[in-house]
Amino acid sequence: MSAAAPIVALVGNPNCGKTALFNALTGSHQKVANYPGVTVEKKVGRLTTPAGHVLQIVDLPGTYSLRARSPDEEITRDAVLGRLQGEVAPDLIVCVADATNLRLALRLALELKRVGRPVMLSLNMIDIARKRGIEIDAGHLARELGIPVASSVAVRRGGTDALLGEIDRALANLPAVSAPSWSAPDARELRGGQHEADRLLRAAVRRTGERDAGTARADAVLLHPMAGLIILLTILFVIFQAVFAWARPLMDLIQTGFSWLGVAVEAAALPDVLKSFLKDGLISGVGSVVVFLPQIVILFFFILVLEDFGYMARAAFLMDRIMGGAGLHGRAFIPLLSSFACAIPGIMATRVIDDRRDRLTTILVAPLMTCSARIPVYTLIIGAFIPDRDVWGFVGLQGLVMFGLYAAGIAGALGVSFVLKRLIWHGTAGEPFMLELPDYKVPQLKSLAIGLWMRATIFLKRAGTTILAMMVLIWVLASFPQPPEGATEPAISYSLAAMIGSAIQPITAPLGFNWQINVALIPGMAAREVAVGALGTIYAIDGGEGAAEKIGQLVAGQWSLGTALALLAWYVFAPQCASTLAVIRRETGSWKWMWVTFFYMLALAYVAALATYQIARTLGAG
Amino acid sequence: MTARPTIALGDAHVGFRGRIQALAVERAGAGLPGPELERRLIELGFVEGADVELLHEGLFGGDPIAVRVAHATIALRRREAMAILVSAEAAA
Repeated sequence: MSAAAPIVALVGNPNCGKTALFNALTGSHQKVANYPGVTVEKKVGRLTTPAGHVLQIVDLPGTYSLRARSPDEEITRDAVLGRLQGEVAPDLIVCVADATNLRLALRLALELKRVGRPVMLSLNMIDIARKRGIEIDAGHLARELGIPVASSVAVRRGGTDALLGEIDRALANLPAVSAPSWSAPDARELRGGQHEADRLLRAAVRRTGERDAGTARADAVLLHPMAGLIILLTILFVIFQAVFAWARPLMDLIQTGFSWLGVAVEAAALPDVLKSFLKDGLISGVGSVVVFLPQIVILFFFILVLEDFGYMARAAFLMDRIMGGAGLHGRAFIPLLSSFACAIPGIMATRVIDDRRDRLTTILVAPLMTCSARIPVYTLIIGAFIPDRDVWGFVGLQGLVMFGLYAAGIAGALGVSFVLKRLIWHGTAGEPFMLELPDYKVPQLKSLAIGLWMRATIFLKRAGTTILAMMVLIWVLASFPQPPEGATEPAISYSLAAMIGSAIQPITAPLGFNWQINVALIPGMAAREVAVGALGTIYAIDGGEGAAEKIGQLVAGQWSLGTALALLAWYVFAPQCASTLAVIRRETGSWKWMWVTFFYMLALAYVAALATYQIARTLGAG
Repeated sequence: MTARPTIALGDAHVGFRGRIQALAVERAGAGLPGPELERRLIELGFVEGADVELLHEGLFGGDPIAVRVAHATIALRRREAMAILVSAEAAA
């Protein structure tokens, strides 16, 4: 029975190698779920100790104190204290400490001890500490702290044996259950705790203060005021290059796979309606989303590698002042970078931002970052309307327009956050930027693989649920009612979709949109990329390879340049992603902020498209 | 204790080495309420007696700064660093 398995919680400072230890202890026997009512991921794994105990291990977000400052840290506090709905307090708390950086961890261990549940200390990364000549008298620490102390090396086989042995010993004599108790320490208590930790450190540890020489050398360059920024921008450039260039072959492969499926369905002996449903609804719909998996995986590969290296904290340091000018927090850098792949993981990554307003600002502007779902739409329209020629002799015009669309998204995000901060929240000074810059570490392949696997499954789950449902809905709207006998117009002209498209025509006419675009925009509300497939369905084009080019040729004949540019402008700003809005609601815990996002983006999109179309028309491109 | 002059860490330059003498959160300007700022600084290891060294600063206005405090490197803005009063290391 899993309910009877003792719960062991891992608690520690950020960057203490806690997650690597968790991975080493549980291997593939772990799952990520959400805590009830909150969206912080709950990572639980099972393991059987040498003595035969079956344990549940919980990996909790890193923190310096149970005095939580961010939503992530609140989870750690509430989990340790057993305050989470439907959860019990852990039977054993393992305070994980980076053996090369014990000072803050010892203070946390002292605070955890006061909770009154069994606690032990794990000196993690002891191998690196030894290599640096740091000697820790674990016995002395255990005596002084009054809790078991075990060394561990997460990245080596057998490196967790000593820790598991201590866990077994601790579980064998668990004291009678006492309710956890804790109250937020004041400055005097914290100071006392740190002084006590410093005293322990002097007594039990030799050679502690030296900086890691490699980190010092690397930071001399990577945190150099000028060179550091240039390197950061270069890294970003390489990431984007990789996301767009390296993903191409894999995306083509996926596309071919799905069109092969479509052909197979076409050839099958099935009723026409069912065939159409499978091919136009399911296969092309889900296929149009799954095709982005390579881009998402590549982007997250870079983000996870940089994170594991310890570079992301440096990136936040370098960007803090620049982003601060627009009213954004330095820590918003990582969420916004993720949003270039997809706003959903970006918005979820804002949990590391302590201050509520800073976090809200980041959540509100994250959808303005050009996510990969916009790319197919951009590619289609640019390919159809922008001539493939060079300007100034060496820059491709099409690429330049693409770059302009990205720039417009970033400028929009900076503008909106500026307005929020300065005009609406009146520039309250807000949260300080305080962040530990950890020593650089070589990323572990295993942690990386597990991290990527998690991201990929989350993305595919979304494709299999929300997007699938929307595609079915679109197919129904575009297919029914069926055309009457002897109909002359294309079948879709008689459908519900056409009625809806025509109904909103008066609103979108000033933007130069026709009813076909309107119809494509509606499913685009569910997931932007679906609009391409929807245009395909509306213009009654056979799917399969080269379908996008065919749509391109067709729309090039039917739309004016002004219409095409207005549609691009619309796409930069429009709130067209039901999943993003759902995540905003979940993460902010309020409908209000979801609707604020929806309407401000809608307004921006409308104004931008209106201005674009009207200007283009004046210039004779209408 | 020898009475060496103290300065705010927020006024120090790269290469500065010293020791924390006191936390004076009222000097940090508008931001977090004083008691909260004090607790956060302590949680990151800024307590009296700890050795500090200013390692890096940002491009614009030398902000933020990266500070070695005892065994860890912490990034923070100069505004908050104004609350940390330090005495320069005695010239050897």
